[in-house]
Amino acid sequence: MLGLNKTDSKFLLIVILLTLFTPFLMQPFAADSGLDQFNGGYPDLMQKVAIFGIFAVGFNILFGLTGYLSFGHAAFLGMGSYAAVWMFKLLTMNVIPAILLSMIVSGLLAVIIGYISLRRSGIYFSILTLAFAQMCYKMAYSVLTPITNGETGLQLSLSDPRILDGATESTSLPVTNIFGLAMNSSYKLEALNRVFTFNVGFYFCAIIASIAFYIAIRLFRSPFGMMLRAVKSNQQRMNYMGLNTKPYTLAAFVISGMYAGLAGGLLAAMDPLAGADRMLWTASGEVVIMTILGGAGTLMGPVLGAGVIKYLENIFSKINESVLHSWFHWLPDGLEEVVVWVFARFTGEGWHLTLGLTFMLVVTFLPGGLVEGIKRLKKLTKRGQKPKDKLDAPDPEHTPPPSKHVV
Amino acid sequence: MSNSLLTRRGLLKTSAVAGAGLALPTIFTSGARAFTNDPTGGTVTLGFNVPQSGAYADEGADELRAYELAVEHLNGGGDGGMLNTFSSKALEGNGILGKKVEYVTGDTQTKSDAARASAKSMIEKDGAVMITGGSSSGVAIAVQGLCQEAGVIFMAGLTHSNDTTGKDKKANGFRHFFNAYMSAAALAPVLEKLYGKDRTAYHLTADYSWGWTQEESIAAATEAMGWKTAEKVRTPLGAGDFSSYIAPVLNSGADVLVLNHYGGDMVNSLTNAVQFGLRDKQVNGKNFEIVVPLYSRLMARGAGKNVAGIHGSTNWHWSLQDDASKAFVKSFGTKYGFPPSQAAHTVYCQTLLYADAVARGGSFNPCSVAEALEGFEFDGLGNGPTLYRADDHQCFKDVLVVRGKENPTSEFDLLEVVEVTPAAQVTYDADHPMFAGGALGACNPGA
Repeated sequence: MLGLNKTDSKFLLIVILLTLFTPFLMQPFAADSGLDQFNGGYPDLMQKVAIFGIFAVGFNILFGLTGYLSFGHAAFLGMGSYAAVWMFKLLTMNVIPAILLSMIVSGLLAVIIGYISLRRSGIYFSILTLAFAQMCYKMAYSVLTPITNGETGLQLSLSDPRILDGATESTSLPVTNIFGLAMNSSYKLEALNRVFTFNVGFYFCAIIASIAFYIAIRLFRSPFGMMLRAVKSNQQRMNYMGLNTKPYTLAAFVISGMYAGLAGGLLAAMDPLAGADRMLWTASGEVVIMTILGGAGTLMGPVLGAGVIKYLENIFSKINESVLHSWFHWLPDGLEEVVVWVFARFTGEGWHLTLGLTFMLVVTFLPGGLVEGIKRLKKLTKRGQKPKDKLDAPDPEHTPPPSKHVV
Repeated sequence: MSNSLLTRRGLLKTSAVAGAGLALPTIFTSGARAFTNDPTGGTVTLGFNVPQSGAYADEGADELRAYELAVEHLNGGGDGGMLNTFSSKALEGNGILGKKVEYVTGDTQTKSDAARASAKSMIEKDGAVMITGGSSSGVAIAVQGLCQEAGVIFMAGLTHSNDTTGKDKKANGFRHFFNAYMSAAALAPVLEKLYGKDRTAYHLTADYSWGWTQEESIAAATEAMGWKTAEKVRTPLGAGDFSSYIAPVLNSGADVLVLNHYGGDMVNSLTNAVQFGLRDKQVNGKNFEIVVPLYSRLMARGAGKNVAGIHGSTNWHWSLQDDASKAFVKSFGTKYGFPPSQAAHTVYCQTLLYADAVARGGSFNPCSVAEALEGFEFDGLGNGPTLYRADDHQCFKDVLVVRGKENPTSEFDLLEVVEVTPAAQVTYDADHPMFAGGALGACNPGA
């Protein structure tokens, strides 16, 4: 299908089905089961998972394939958001032009930053990108305030021109839409004692994420992807062979920057605000963590990582002490205090600690990220089912699968 | 590039899939309700969105304590606190409209993005009918915008920028806290009395929206009484060390340093200024003075002895001796063992004012709440007679001018009230140039 081989088509189909059924998957607990707290099936979180999935997939095209670790990808995310919000302010509340512009603008920014930063590799490249991102952040925060509205962030206002939408007499702010269908409208289905929310914004993000994922698969399997992998394994040798690797790495950088811009544009489309915080180095670090946590260089890894981190951030940070007390009220008084105190370090404002621990455990025991964990589990179950003949499964170390594309 | 060819059949299949995907969202429409998150059961959920990490975490923690106290009092627990002194008697201590008050909390991280995400999850997941909190003007303005779009009421917490009820005001947003203009209007006469009319001020300003509006307000008020402004220097937020900004002050010919900083920045810049010996200097034959327009007890504690004798303004202070303040300090102190900060006070008031407006309007509908709050005059919440002005949803009440104590008796007893500036003196027109450029719009009930 769509120029993919059978395995990849199956993989893509599974991913698409998973995204389509996210409203069910993220709402596993019944309202009265007491575990309601852990449900994540509300629009904002589902949108964030899809959007940061795109961001991480794009980041992985650069980091996973070429090995260039950019610490400044948040600059493109923020740039995309600003571009999108300006589009909402000036042109129309329809999200299509906003998203297109956000990709173009962040692509241009990526050309500039990439052209300069890619003169160096390794740690120097990381530091250069970090420096550029921080410069963008500082400028957005203060110098460029007329454009970015500084610390408060760029917001819509009633007096915006919105040329294409025409003048309205409405006294409330317009909402983002796609040809009239509002992004924030949703349909709630009550069944099995659960409320499933089907949100237009989420499905819009999900469709774009599926397309982005498909393009990423094609990139990974293409001769271009092979070239990028070669850059990762030994760039010097390629240079000695007379290949100029710069255009390839720059293209990867720009594509990955455009993915980030797309994610930024979508963020603004779901919630029309662009703040400078989006460009802060912590945001750049977050996408690195997402990618590594899920599995750098794999297709599914970054999406998994994005999901896990956004879930932790939104669900664990909401478990405050009074919630913990309601869970452990059956314990004797003194013990309850102790247990609640211990748990409170890891939930609520302590969710960063949970994230840190998870990250440490994954990096230590599963260097290939969560994807490696899944693979190992699969292997375990397979081995249990049928012991294989030696000849059936030749040692993969010595007979690598034939490459799909030979240049 | 061997397998990128599109066959006719492949194209047909693909476009069918894509078409189905595109058509999918159109079958969904939003359900019909009177307003967002209409509480149907026996409980009503409020969302407390405060900074639990980052520069303003101290303020956030104190706000959260006050929220919990307010919920306890609304549900009829504790000693009732300011419910007993509040001039409106619509609340009966049985929750709001008979519904038990529950709450959810979130961490704003003092970032607009995180604050909006947190508020969104409260509205979408937990069904919060009102969002309150914020310990930075940027965050408050961002969340206020979100609440306007989502159709819930936003009761602003600690936000001092003119913009919150100025150019960024929203019909669903309300502010009890005072603002930079009021600080300036209250401080100027006191400064004139203390330091005279012939002074030159040097501004160090936190480089973001709140800092700018405060700088603008203070400069305008002091220039109106004859002071000159030597220079306005912007400092990056969270600079840590301000020595390089303090050094040029003495050579500028200025004899007053105005620190438009808050939180950790104010602690650091004030400490630097005092360490440089600015306060012992004589310039133009006058003692060099330092002014911190927005003061808080938490900041005074951070700066320690350096605050002694330095003037500023504050929204409320626990040493006030009216019945309401005493009742609040008593119930807060009984529960937590120390007196509340001004941040705690303003959010406690906001929660009570919201609950009261619901009770008087008889509905949780944001439009009904807004109508009940607009033009509402009340007393007994620690600030004397107060008006919630309908034009911009800003509270008008007395402003306190305070001074750092020379000999504090405890770690909480750091400020003393110099003067209570009456509300009339800090009131401005709704179309004042510093507040112009925005429009409330119409209240949005969501749905």
